[in-house]
Amino acid sequence: MSLFLAKRLITLIATLAGTSLVVFLVLEVLPGNAAQVLMGPDASPDAVAALAQKLGLDRPAIERYWEWLRGMLHGDLGLSYAYSTPVGELVLERLSLTVPLALMAMSFTTVLAFAAGLYAAARHNKPGDAGIMALTQIGIAIPNFWFAILLILLFSVHLGWFSAGGFPGWEEGIVEGLRALLLPALSLAVVQSAILARIMRSSVLEVLREDFVRTARAKGVSQRRALWGHVLRNALIPVITVMGLQFSELLAGTIVVESVFYLPGLGRLIFQSIANRDLIVVRNCVMLLAAMVVLVNFVVDVLYAVIDPRVKAADL
Amino acid sequence: MRRALRHPSFAIGLALSLLVLFAAALSFVWTPHDPYEIDMALKLKPPDARYWLGTDAFGRDVASLLLVGARASIAVGVIAVGIGLVIGTALGLLASAKRGWVEEAIMRLSDFGFAFPAILSAIMLTAVFGPGMVNAIIAIGIYNIPTFARITRASANAVWAREFVLAARACGKGGFAITMEHVLPNILSVLIVQATIRFAIAILAEAALSYLGLGTQPPQPSWGRMLSEAQTLLFQAPLLGVFPGVAIAIAVLGLNLLGDGLRDLFDPRLARKR
Repeated sequence: MSLFLAKRLITLIATLAGTSLVVFLVLEVLPGNAAQVLMGPDASPDAVAALAQKLGLDRPAIERYWEWLRGMLHGDLGLSYAYSTPVGELVLERLSLTVPLALMAMSFTTVLAFAAGLYAAARHNKPGDAGIMALTQIGIAIPNFWFAILLILLFSVHLGWFSAGGFPGWEEGIVEGLRALLLPALSLAVVQSAILARIMRSSVLEVLREDFVRTARAKGVSQRRALWGHVLRNALIPVITVMGLQFSELLAGTIVVESVFYLPGLGRLIFQSIANRDLIVVRNCVMLLAAMVVLVNFVVDVLYAVIDPRVKAADL
Repeated sequence: MRRALRHPSFAIGLALSLLVLFAAALSFVWTPHDPYEIDMALKLKPPDARYWLGTDAFGRDVASLLLVGARASIAVGVIAVGIGLVIGTALGLLASAKRGWVEEAIMRLSDFGFAFPAILSAIMLTAVFGPGMVNAIIAIGIYNIPTFARITRASANAVWAREFVLAARACGKGGFAITMEHVLPNILSVLIVQATIRFAIAILAEAALSYLGLGTQPPQPSWGRMLSEAQTLLFQAPLLGVFPGVAIAIAVLGLNLLGDGLRDLFDPRLARKR
């Protein structure tokens, strides 16, 4: 196990280093002078040079890259050009919305997908199964931001149960905060769960055909007990893998859905920073999101090997 | 072909995909009204006999905008999937033919590519170059490369293990010749199915990027941007927020069903198992 883990850890560190290099090259080296980007094309060369010096942009790129890496390891992400506040604070403040939203969406996804997938598998080739499968096909085809708009149309415009967007802040109480995140999380979950429900169904069906299930049934175990006691646990392996893979989709979806509901999360911060030409904030946010995707993939890899030791053996 | 048309997923998928293609092709020669003509006197008209799906905030005909908008979705989808297909397949074939450290390097690189979902690449490109359709195409294309590389490698490795490849080797054929004559033709069906499904994902991604203002730019109509414009008017004209979404869903559903159908038809054993 330790050799497998060591190999995976080295890959993780190399991937993170490569990611940071790509992000730095695209957002710092490619635009040429970040001070010029910040001040716009009409700024005078003197003003640009003065700002570049003030922000330390006149130093060699390799030096700035090294400083950024060192800063990240110490939790110091530098100062935002536009807000003049530490980037770390800005990001943390926004994460207090984005992380709960993503977690809420993931829990809804799991509940919806498990229920639909198990129901369909238990009624294999019956009308209930066909109905759920048709619904999931439609669910996969619907863009999450459009589903969000439809939810606003129904629950805000017609029924008036929820506000069409905005976030009151956690100071207003947890219930109010969660209420504001309910529709956004639901719009993310419905689309994601459509994909996961299909995986769940086919995985359960696959395990149901295994010999040990037939043996259990032959020993007199009821269908229900076989399903809960033997099938579910084994069927979860591919489901967990797909859930890990879905995480990057979920993050991307969170950024889009935050825009639909005008939620002040990480996605909104990125778009405001693009509009403000605040490249240092964009750089750190993109790095954070990419790092999250890489880390989750790492955890899934390891989890997968823990659940199914054959993976580990094949990889060594 | 008759067997194919009797397959429900394939038949419905083909019909829906052709419908979207036809809409895009038709928009080059005919639209009910000029999609670019702004007439504020006609703004936000509900659907009627003259304006089938009503008009938007600038008095433009929604039906015409939808027809022309199909072009952006298809163009971005075709080019982005093309980029992924060509580069990804080449890398996958190379990995499979060379094995050893080349394979390892290509596979690690493609793992690395997964760290950048299309939206992150698009954000970076937009921050540097400003928003535009080309950024969207590049961003979606880049994200497609690792997918095709992995699928190609996995399928190609299976072909390389077959007896007829061994026979070709024994006849003195080189790696490149075997790849082109034996490996590629045998994995073509897998690639076609995957390209169809990735096309659907690319249409979704283009719509999301255009919705965020990172993709297709005005005045070029696009379904994603129509939705973002409609969102500010949900209380006055709710239907504006419905039609472009239906168009996206039809295109994506069609391609997904087509992909599923093709997979079943290419590999009937899989269809029976499901």
